[in-house]
Amino acid sequence: MRTNDRLVAFLMLLPSLVLLAIFVYGFIGRTAWVSLTNWGADATQALALNPELAFVGLENYRKLFTGLIDVRFRQDLVNTFFFTLFFLLGTLGLGLGLAILLDQKVRFEAVFRTIFLFPFALAFIVTGTVWRWMLQPSGGVNVLPELVGLPALEIRWLTTREQIWQFDWNTVPAFLAAGAALAFAYAAWRAWGTGRRVRAGVHGILTLGLAGWAATGTPGVTLLPYPEPHGFNVAFVGIVIAAVWQLSGYTMALYLAGLRGVPEELREAARVDGASEFGVYRHVVLPLLGPITLSAMIILGHISLKIFDLIWAMAGADNATTDVPALLMYLRSFRANRFAEGAAIAIVLLLMVALVIVPYLRSSLKGEVRR
Amino acid sequence: MSAQAQDVGLDLGRRRSGGRRGRFRWMIYAGLLLATAFYLLPVYLVVVTALKEPAAITLADTWRLPETWNWGSFATAWEAFAPTLRNSLVLAVSATAGSALLGSMNGYILSKWRFPGANVVFPLMLFGMFIPYQAILIPLFQFLRDVGLYGDLAGLILTHVVYGLPITTLIFRNFYAEIPDEMLDSAKIDGAGFFGIYARILFPLSVSGFVVVVIWQFTQIWNEFLFAVTLTRQETQPITVALANLAGGEAVNWNLPMAGSILAALPTLLIYIVLGRYFIRGLLAGSVKG
Repeated sequence: MRTNDRLVAFLMLLPSLVLLAIFVYGFIGRTAWVSLTNWGADATQALALNPELAFVGLENYRKLFTGLIDVRFRQDLVNTFFFTLFFLLGTLGLGLGLAILLDQKVRFEAVFRTIFLFPFALAFIVTGTVWRWMLQPSGGVNVLPELVGLPALEIRWLTTREQIWQFDWNTVPAFLAAGAALAFAYAAWRAWGTGRRVRAGVHGILTLGLAGWAATGTPGVTLLPYPEPHGFNVAFVGIVIAAVWQLSGYTMALYLAGLRGVPEELREAARVDGASEFGVYRHVVLPLLGPITLSAMIILGHISLKIFDLIWAMAGADNATTDVPALLMYLRSFRANRFAEGAAIAIVLLLMVALVIVPYLRSSLKGEVRR
Repeated sequence: MSAQAQDVGLDLGRRRSGGRRGRFRWMIYAGLLLATAFYLLPVYLVVVTALKEPAAITLADTWRLPETWNWGSFATAWEAFAPTLRNSLVLAVSATAGSALLGSMNGYILSKWRFPGANVVFPLMLFGMFIPYQAILIPLFQFLRDVGLYGDLAGLILTHVVYGLPITTLIFRNFYAEIPDEMLDSAKIDGAGFFGIYARILFPLSVSGFVVVVIWQFTQIWNEFLFAVTLTRQETQPITVALANLAGGEAVNWNLPMAGSILAALPTLLIYIVLGRYFIRGLLAGSVKG
């Protein structure tokens, strides 16, 4: 009877497994295949029920990273980088700050908490619509100072085309190599500390190699035969503000849960040792919040890589200045019917998200399996 | 895992006894009030804009209260959005029900009937909730078109049920892991089989698990945009798509998008305010997996 029940259990799980196998992995495989074809290059074939597809290898990817026309995609990657950076800084910083304030045994804590977290329940489309109105060039936030008698601001939040911190696209491999060199240097230092000399040596050599390659201008790799400037599009500032408004309550909730998990005895012990209230946080509480910060960074980081609706609602889908890969994929595939190019963008996006999520899933499930 | 997430959810509501006094306590409240202003100013602006006569909405007077209260925008918005609100409701309710029921069954199996290979299958299932849906959008579009569900609400429901499975399975699996195996063993001795155990023991204990999952899924599906904009036609549009289309046109008066935003936000906001504790549990369950 027990074996029979086990069989029933597996059979009951099977439909979900089959659905996910097809809808997640089958479809990803299909997208990957499409990205290696020329689907959409010929407009007459694009919307055919059974389009004739020719295999073109990695051509679509080559165009994305080094093609003349796809400068927009490269700027999209840069946009995503800066958006993610400031979005994470904003949500983590504000969330931690609010959690610490709420942890001071304040009155009406539940009311404050409810207020800080409510935007999380809203659709990105609603947030975007509301903040687009807040950030109108001659209204909303810009005229707030007038309420207290100050001159109005003249910030063109979402419409500015200003770009700062410009760099040449050809220097990207050098930056990546330098980043990898730093990571290997850290790994070498860790290995040395734990007495694994060989490993430390290998990592040290890799560090030196990568650093040398980056310092000499990455010989052997030329992305473009000409300099191509990219930088931070200032129009993203407004979008970051709206995104932080929506999701900082989430980090507040995570951090508050973490703070409440710190045993009072630990704090008390530090106070007995003469630590100030600031010192208690600096030396006792904050170091314990590391794991929470890491999971918040991963969850919010992957949301940020996929950000789509918020930008659509705030700046429009077709606004090149505020474009990101997630939007460009949609436009290429479903507006221009250039499905192969859209698929290639989607796969790049998937790889970026997987880079963040796969190690996270591995590490958080590993501990559990042992248990 | 789930014990952690759930305890943490409840912990948020607990206040430590005792209090400290300090000269700088007013600064704490000043900081909290400043933050409150940041979170509530957009709400104020939305409400006053929605209540103004269209002609009275000028950029310079943005922050002023309306001179005459005009509830007409809500009537107009309701008229314009009623069909899309109905679509969203049908979509969110049926997709939530489907993914919650399947997730409950999956969670039961993965926590109480572990089979060889489950340690590999489960992470592979979970990965499905993190992927950027752009990576499956083109084949999904083709598939729904081939089976005749493109542009149909049923196609969108199916989509949300399938891609909701990872999170609902995760939450239920963690929820059921807390129920001691001994309870199941005694039921087995009484002769209960696979379905008997589920129906007599697990399911009756699942109420708060279902509340967490239903709230989470309803909110996610109601708010979703990418699938909605790609896979529907005019008649099957959910509210998010209709709102984006309305607000995207520059010519409209702002009172309508604002009234529409309020209509679109109300269902999930009400859930949040009434069932906040369960909402936070779902939110933490979706992230704290360590």
